[in-house]
Amino acid sequence: MTLADLFAAFSDFAFMRRALAGCLVLSVAAAPVGVFLMLRRLSLTGDAMAHAILPGVAAGYLLAGLNLWAMTAGGLAAGLAIALLASAVTRLTPLREDASLATLYLVSLALGVILISARGSAVDVMHLLFGSVLAIDDTALIFIGIVASITVIAFAVLWRPLVLECVDPGFLKAVGGRGAIIHVAFMLVMVLNLIAGFQALGTLLSVGLMMLPAASARFWTRSLGAMTALAMAFAALSSVAGLTASFAANLPSGPAIIVAAGILYALSIAFGPTGGLIARLRPTRHRTG
Amino acid sequence: MDIALQDRSESGASLAFRNATIGYDGHPALHHLSASFPAGSMTAVVGPNGAGKSTLLKAAIGHIRPIGGEIAIGGCRRTEIAYLPQLSEIDRSFPLPVFDFVAMGLWQRRGAFGGFRREDDEDVARALAGVGLVGLVGFEQRPLDTLSGGQLQRVLFARLALQDAPLILLDEPFTAVDDRTIGELMDVVARWNAEGRTVVAVLHDLELVRRRFPRTLLVARRLIAEGDTNDVLTAEHLAAARHHIEAWDDTAPFCEAELAR
Repeated sequence: MTLADLFAAFSDFAFMRRALAGCLVLSVAAAPVGVFLMLRRLSLTGDAMAHAILPGVAAGYLLAGLNLWAMTAGGLAAGLAIALLASAVTRLTPLREDASLATLYLVSLALGVILISARGSAVDVMHLLFGSVLAIDDTALIFIGIVASITVIAFAVLWRPLVLECVDPGFLKAVGGRGAIIHVAFMLVMVLNLIAGFQALGTLLSVGLMMLPAASARFWTRSLGAMTALAMAFAALSSVAGLTASFAANLPSGPAIIVAAGILYALSIAFGPTGGLIARLRPTRHRTG
Repeated sequence: MDIALQDRSESGASLAFRNATIGYDGHPALHHLSASFPAGSMTAVVGPNGAGKSTLLKAAIGHIRPIGGEIAIGGCRRTEIAYLPQLSEIDRSFPLPVFDFVAMGLWQRRGAFGGFRREDDEDVARALAGVGLVGLVGFEQRPLDTLSGGQLQRVLFARLALQDAPLILLDEPFTAVDDRTIGELMDVVARWNAEGRTVVAVLHDLELVRRRFPRTLLVARRLIAEGDTNDVLTAEHLAAARHHIEAWDDTAPFCEAELAR
């Protein structure tokens, strides 16, 4: 298979073009979410939420079939319910947030799989869990566009308080900034992005397009802006490479994209100048002042 | 320092605790405390570990709600108070340049979304100069995690200066800082006070308190003494403070003072 053949995959097939467009737009939105998840040490929270939204998506699917809006509403409701329940358990009992989130998302995931397998087939389960490029129709594309727009606007508005909430939450509180509202808004944007990503990537892996490019970008720059831009570029690159591989080798698209992002991550760990292994091993020359 | 220092000759800001009980999970860290910090005063808060010193400041800025009693702030809004947190409360690994961090002191002026103007840049530069961070090439763009302990403390002071607050609360401002830095930052604090700002600082170095702070509040879960530093930091008072730190006791009887009054 030549490069031209791979290009033809996108030029000949509308579903491939839609998948590509969807993933590229998703990359722009998911990358900043991932950067802040990483910097706030909430990487695993993102993962837990990805599992948690499954029963909601499944319920929407059972009620209305492959209806995007029903599945979205279900996913949002499940995600928010789990997030609020987890923080309620944390506040009211000695259990810490990570433990309460872990217990809740496992139950949520199990419920989701039971819901789907009760009515659907194994294929449906596979599609919801791991995504399928074929699932990205025009409605899905529009939805991804809406979510990406909301995300970009939300970050433009929330950027400063969000940074402050990460670095020095006490200061934000002292000057009258509402840290809790900022946090909830951020979680909401994250859940929206997870849902937007699940057609292409599946509920379990859509968090991968957030975390892997963000973690990779950390190895190349110390600047927050550059890190975000780089994460977007990495996510876009992974999308192109993953979709191409998925088409060429008949792989499920979600895992293919995430593995591509994983390869970029491995390269970043090895060659990244800020904290990469090779940069660390190389004897460093020091300056005189 | 002359950063945006409007004349503060008007009365200034004061802080008062009236029979305030402040604590966590029903266990008081500060028990029925009445104390006042008059406008324009400069007060050190001292006491053993666990005496409730940090709790006192956190309650003043509204991070902790008092279990009983009241906390009155006069002359400014609560969100106008400038508060220096302990270093452990700041995430230094976050990739934020010094400039951006210091510029957060302009929150009251620019808010969450307001654009930065040239005068803001100049104010930030002046604030950094005011805490002795001058002549360091590219310093404003260095990330927080490359700073030494002393530099980070100076950066925090610069942000505090930008806040241009009438009431300044400092929680252990001189831990992990060398003597020269302490001396210079102490001069900054004294200047703030001379400008009419009310200063409250939690400190452990009693020598420093004796030399530089006119007023002192000695606490040990409750008020031990308050007033002129020399009258407060006596051997008897300090011994009393040491004795009054009791252990956290889950079976401690509920306080009846409320009912008795």
